[in-house]
Amino acid sequence: MIGLTHYLVVAAILFALGVVGIIANRKNLIVMLMAVELILLSVNLNFVAFSSYLHDLVGQVFAMFVLTVAAGEAAIGLAILVIYFRGRGTISVDDVNRMKG
Amino acid sequence: MIQAIAFYLFAVMVIVSGALTITARNPVHAVLWLILAFFNAAGLMVIVGAEFIAMLLVIVYVGAVAVLFLFVVMMLNIDFAELRAGFARYAAIGLVLAIALAAEIMIAFGAWSAGGIALGRRAAPIDAGVPNIEAIGMLLYTRYLFVFEGAGLVLLVAMIGAIVLTHRERGGVRGQNISRQVARRPQDATRNTQPGVGQGVEL
Repeated sequence: MIGLTHYLVVAAILFALGVVGIIANRKNLIVMLMAVELILLSVNLNFVAFSSYLHDLVGQVFAMFVLTVAAGEAAIGLAILVIYFRGRGTISVDDVNRMKG
Repeated sequence: MIQAIAFYLFAVMVIVSGALTITARNPVHAVLWLILAFFNAAGLMVIVGAEFIAMLLVIVYVGAVAVLFLFVVMMLNIDFAELRAGFARYAAIGLVLAIALAAEIMIAFGAWSAGGIALGRRAAPIDAGVPNIEAIGMLLYTRYLFVFEGAGLVLLVAMIGAIVLTHRERGGVRGQNISRQVARRPQDATRNTQPGVGQGVEL
């Protein structure tokens, strides 16, 4: 039987990879959004693992809501990316503060 | 035994494909690695007995979100070489930060032993006789009904927001004006004339 700690370690490594992705891909907003998806995936893994090992179903229900928010976030983020690219012709985040208007 | 092999296979694959997602040179490859990561995470969730979330992950992420990413990557005409500028410099900083973060989390695991936790009262105990999907459905449509509808509202707002953000009015396009078309009458549109012989009509 696989222990809970195994799952937590996998999720922690995935979370750290997401953080690296956000910091390293400063010029590429698309991969930054993908890194955010990786972070949310690791959070979902934690929820599901705890739910299973504590025999409590609420963790899985909550993981579903995290999934919902992640889908909405991806949709809005990509929409903002599209209009940002349309206006500036680049997806670098270095001068995103121009979006202040 | 087979469970352990499957766990290590999925765990290694999810970490490797996660790492390749953030280091891929081409954003299209990054999306494909992300899809592989999600498939393997779904496998991990199946091992632990959460089939519903695993299927949701495959359907929502691979079916919708990853395709959305792929669509945006291919729609925008991006210079891929420019995107990599400064990657090595930022990657070094990020790697240091991430190793520190992961070490902190794992030290926290060491301090906390998984066996000692005892819940006084479970919010929704898992009944071994009821299938996972059925149990989630019974919980979701009774106790968490309002939260569930709130999740639906979140998705609706996201959909409307995405449409409002990306919609643009383009000039010079001859669109349909339905009320004008319906209000048009024959006597406004046509005209009877009686031209003289050899004179023709002017339009």
